[in-house]
Amino acid sequence: MAVKTMIEAIRDGLREEMERDERVFVMGEDVGPRGGVFGVTDGFFKQFGENRVIDAPLAESVIAGAAIGAAINGMRPVAEMQFADFSHPAMDQIMNEAAKIRYRSNGAFNVPMVVRMPYGGGIHGALYHSQSVEALYGHIPGLTVVIPSNPYDAKGLLKAAIRDPDPVIFLEHKGTYRLIRGEVPDGDYTVPLGKAAVVREGSHMTAIAYGMMLHHCLKAVEEMAGEGVEVEVVDVRTISPLDRETIVESVKKTGKALVVYEDNRSGGWGAEISASIAEAAIEYLDGPILRVTGPDVPAMPYNHAQEEFFMPNPEKILHAMRELAAY
Amino acid sequence: MATSTKSKVDSNGRRSKSSATKSQHEALGLGKEQLLDMWYYMLLARSLDERMWLLNRQGKAPFVISCQGHEAIQIGVSFALERGKDWFLPYYRDLGVCLALGVTPRETMLQHFAKRDDPSSGGRQMPGHYGYKKYKIVTGSSPVATQFCHAVGVALASKLKGSDEVTVVSGGEGATSKGDWHEAMNLAGIHDLPVIFLIENNQYAISVPVPKQVAGGSVAARGVGYGMPGVEVDGTDVLAVYEVAREAARRARAGEGPTLIEAKTYRLTAHSSDDNDRTYRGREEIEIWRAKEPIPKFRQYLLDSGVATEEELGQIKQRIDGEVNDATDWAETQPVPSADDTLKHVFASPEEKAQWR
Repeated sequence: MAVKTMIEAIRDGLREEMERDERVFVMGEDVGPRGGVFGVTDGFFKQFGENRVIDAPLAESVIAGAAIGAAINGMRPVAEMQFADFSHPAMDQIMNEAAKIRYRSNGAFNVPMVVRMPYGGGIHGALYHSQSVEALYGHIPGLTVVIPSNPYDAKGLLKAAIRDPDPVIFLEHKGTYRLIRGEVPDGDYTVPLGKAAVVREGSHMTAIAYGMMLHHCLKAVEEMAGEGVEVEVVDVRTISPLDRETIVESVKKTGKALVVYEDNRSGGWGAEISASIAEAAIEYLDGPILRVTGPDVPAMPYNHAQEEFFMPNPEKILHAMRELAAY
Repeated sequence: MATSTKSKVDSNGRRSKSSATKSQHEALGLGKEQLLDMWYYMLLARSLDERMWLLNRQGKAPFVISCQGHEAIQIGVSFALERGKDWFLPYYRDLGVCLALGVTPRETMLQHFAKRDDPSSGGRQMPGHYGYKKYKIVTGSSPVATQFCHAVGVALASKLKGSDEVTVVSGGEGATSKGDWHEAMNLAGIHDLPVIFLIENNQYAISVPVPKQVAGGSVAARGVGYGMPGVEVDGTDVLAVYEVAREAARRARAGEGPTLIEAKTYRLTAHSSDDNDRTYRGREEIEIWRAKEPIPKFRQYLLDSGVATEEELGQIKQRIDGEVNDATDWAETQPVPSADDTLKHVFASPEEKAQWR
């Protein structure tokens, strides 16, 4: 099996879906000859032509809104927001339209579209190229919100997202794009939406994370193992609808839960995960549910010192794990 | 036999008037049957609308939002479309278009009473939020102007599929202040999409009049900035609207690109049943427009041009009264939605997913 980066796996998944189904097309800023600012659609313009690889004007709302209309008229659009931070002008289209169209039409209409967005920080992207938006979109029923953490999942989840009859927000952590490598099979497979994965088994505590934070957790977990603490790690994979069952089952087994996310602490998606654990497994807990998160400041600063302060990292996670293990 | 001025639109969207010896409808190639059909739908829209207000004031329906004053625009445009083939993305005043595209009075009243079998939303949305998949009328929301973006997407899909479907999307002049309208106009212009932007300018966005809404005063003038003709038309004249809409549809079908139509009329009712228009406009102003409004205007045209007799128009009125009564009485007795269904249709059901390709 070939070892690929996240970006290669996403590109493979998207290309294969476009080859498989001529209804699939991509639309976004700079996705054409430029191949996207991160290179996800590199080579697509040549392979599929300007009708299926559409350089949109710099207007996020109509990128999302036109994708909705095209989906209603039988296409399978994959819209790209250049950065998740810039998706906010499209939020009305995504939250008020795409998410609600099936519900408000009593099931008559549906919107089979995917909106891809690079998100996350730690790459000197500053306030407006670093944001985490999963809690904003995860809050809206009718949207499926996906965050893959590794190349295998990225390809399989993207294929599942494109084949889903309802809108999917597909969030790709920029830090993982070229850093995270993994084995990816050639050819077709899907990874089911709505399913978390236990990526490492352990008996002393459960760490729950997604995207880049999953990798930081795995690093910290190695250290903990050396100290005799076996941490089970759950990769959330689909933010919403949340696979509470997998998370709760793990916590019931280990009795301790640490939730890690880089979004602002208050109202971040880990708050929902924590509440779900408290509701379903409080009698199994022998310690508080701890969170390692970004701080409650408006966004991530550009300079190194403040960016580092903002981002959770293996050291911060390790510190929290030790604290929890000592309970 | 009435003669009338026939309006022509040149490639820059300007209208020139020339005297014609033929009557307006003859010049358009419309016969008696089509004219009486137009009349039927205009009067049906007005009659259903008036009934909905009555039911609202009787406390039988919490909300009504009106098409009164817009009938000539809505029927004129509808008759330029191919039913069952072309797409329509309405806004909340478009009862007339919906009827002309196939929605029945009974279906209309199911929506008004928020009944279980309301095909637009199963009673989930407020009245006026039209959406009927079987007539290719796309579901809409309350935030203004979002539908313009959907419409260019629908039209983009038609183009990608090589279909000659036409998409019409409508809104009020207030909607042209929104970014979504401008973003959609731009995308449509860039890709020469087969879409018609219909602006039903009724002079008010709730209380805000055109001078406080539209810089420069003309919506139609904005077409040129987006690479498409912008056509202004008298929105109280169903035949004039039909003429410009037919040309816009021809252009779209022939691959010549989008058209912006600004049809000017006047909103005869308050914004909605929850609005008090006495706070912002005088009664005299309404009376001036009442004298020009589309229903008596077209009625007079039909009589003056010899297309129909008083007796024939009376028969149509009688038929409509019967249909409105039937729709009201029938819909009122239909079942209401069940609270048990509140959680349905968030996502596709497992059965729907299994069938999805």
